[in-house]
Amino acid sequence: MSEMLAHSWFMLVRQARNLLREPVWIALLLIQPMIWLVLYSQLFTRITDLGGFGTDSYLDFFLPGVVVMTAFFAGTWSGLATITDLDRGVVERFLATPARRSALVFSQMMRAAMQAGIQGLIVLVVGLAIGARIDAGVGGWLAVLAAAMLVAGGFAGVSHGLALLTRKEATMIAVANFIGLPLMFLSAILIARPLMPGWMQAAARFNPVDWAVRAARGPALPDTEWGAVLLHLGLLALFVLAAGAFATAAFRAYTRTL
Amino acid sequence: MDAIAAEGLEKRYGEVQALAGVSFTVREGEVFGLLGPNGAGKSTTTRILVTLTKPDAGRAWVAGRDVVREPRAARRALGYVAQASGVDREATGRENLTLQGRVQGLRGRELRARVDELLELFGLAEAADRVVRGYSGGMKRRLDVALGLVHRPQVLFLDEPTTGLDPEARAAMWEELERLARREQLTILLTTHYLEEADRLADRLAIVSRGRVVVAGTPEELKRGLRGDAVRVELEDGAGGDAHAIVSRLGAVLEAAVDGRHLHARVEDGAASIPRILSALEGGGVGVATVTLARPSLDDVYLHYTGRAFHADDEQGEGR
Repeated sequence: MSEMLAHSWFMLVRQARNLLREPVWIALLLIQPMIWLVLYSQLFTRITDLGGFGTDSYLDFFLPGVVVMTAFFAGTWSGLATITDLDRGVVERFLATPARRSALVFSQMMRAAMQAGIQGLIVLVVGLAIGARIDAGVGGWLAVLAAAMLVAGGFAGVSHGLALLTRKEATMIAVANFIGLPLMFLSAILIARPLMPGWMQAAARFNPVDWAVRAARGPALPDTEWGAVLLHLGLLALFVLAAGAFATAAFRAYTRTL
Repeated sequence: MDAIAAEGLEKRYGEVQALAGVSFTVREGEVFGLLGPNGAGKSTTTRILVTLTKPDAGRAWVAGRDVVREPRAARRALGYVAQASGVDREATGRENLTLQGRVQGLRGRELRARVDELLELFGLAEAADRVVRGYSGGMKRRLDVALGLVHRPQVLFLDEPTTGLDPEARAAMWEELERLARREQLTILLTTHYLEEADRLADRLAIVSRGRVVVAGTPEELKRGLRGDAVRVELEDGAGGDAHAIVSRLGAVLEAAVDGRHLHARVEDGAASIPRILSALEGGGVGVATVTLARPSLDDVYLHYTGRAFHADDEQGEGR
């Protein structure tokens, strides 16, 4: 176990270092959420007139949504890194060493979670700077970031598992789009739950993205129900475990085809 | 104890029988070549020995460890340099080596010293802190080999170490590998489809064709085992098939094969046979461009044991 964690850490350092070496990526990873945060929230300022948002400020409502959305997409797309490693023979090089197999998968999930945590923190700071507020204070910040890290880690597991099964960049991009957009729209990221059509509200109940929205938005708005926040964080943790199991199984399936 | 032992390895990928019972042994400290055309099964054999692939049947040991039953123990004893590099291009040479050392269990000062030593040994000290993306093909390949050596393995596997290198980088790599074999008391298994490479580097070699080892021995033994001389005839265009039929009928010709515009024949006595071959070809209306006479080479060894010309098989394998 400790060897597994040590190996995961070594792999994580590698990924983080490669990421930091490309400032363009960092910029891309931050610019997109900023555009959503600033422009989209301005565009929809008046939408709270419809009611059901639990606040008059669409910015307050939307801020935790942007954090979750950013984390979710970071996780969904992270499997492309595995495709690159497969294509370049990096995975096989490690397979011929005593490197822990599970470390190859877990390090990718941890990387996505850490990236989501850092991105989320920056988005929160910028959000507050332009006038948003997190009602529950420090506990609320932690809940938002925990939801972001869990949703990123979980979808990274799914994404890397799919990468190992499909092994093609084009297929991965198609799959990521195919899951990504529907799951975002089948959640209350952009709009208040009571305004969603009934069938979408029902579908959202089974959507980990929506669990993250519930866990993150609760503490951001007044009258936080902490029981519901913790419940959804717990569901997300189960999702992460299931995604990890899926990714590990996909890894085993991949090694059997060699 | 043998450094490598393979017994009856079989592997099938769908319809393709990649290995049909490969057996050989490699002694400690030896440089052993698996020579064969593309698609013969060399890489599959290597991948089984380095624990990446499980055989359908047969067993194998590396440094005494059973590669199927105790893969983790085997992985500590072996180093693997794959055909497709496997180096992290976004990281520096030093970072690549350090990570590889860490997963192999090296830590702290020992790790740093080993990394420095390898960078020095492979002429990468100056480029150590540059990102690999900017390395030349030869530098990248040397880093690959260094990665396989970081934990001082007992057995090093090199899958096509010079494929894709320009002639100059290839010659440099050969010198590097010769030095390595002498210095580190290492057992090396290398696969290659360059006859010249096997001839130059391997203490012993096995010729692999269509998933089997057809013959094994030192390059000298294999060549000495063939009587007579090798005659190569460069033909004018488009006469290959006729030439083969004409030459095969001659009594002095032991065996013959055609590979594109070249006719390869092994004959009892070169000086006496050449005039007869030429007049027979002329009589059959086949134009001849050049003729050369030589001692049998590994080319002729391959022809003798498989009945086919090496280069013709190699190009066919590449098409797959």
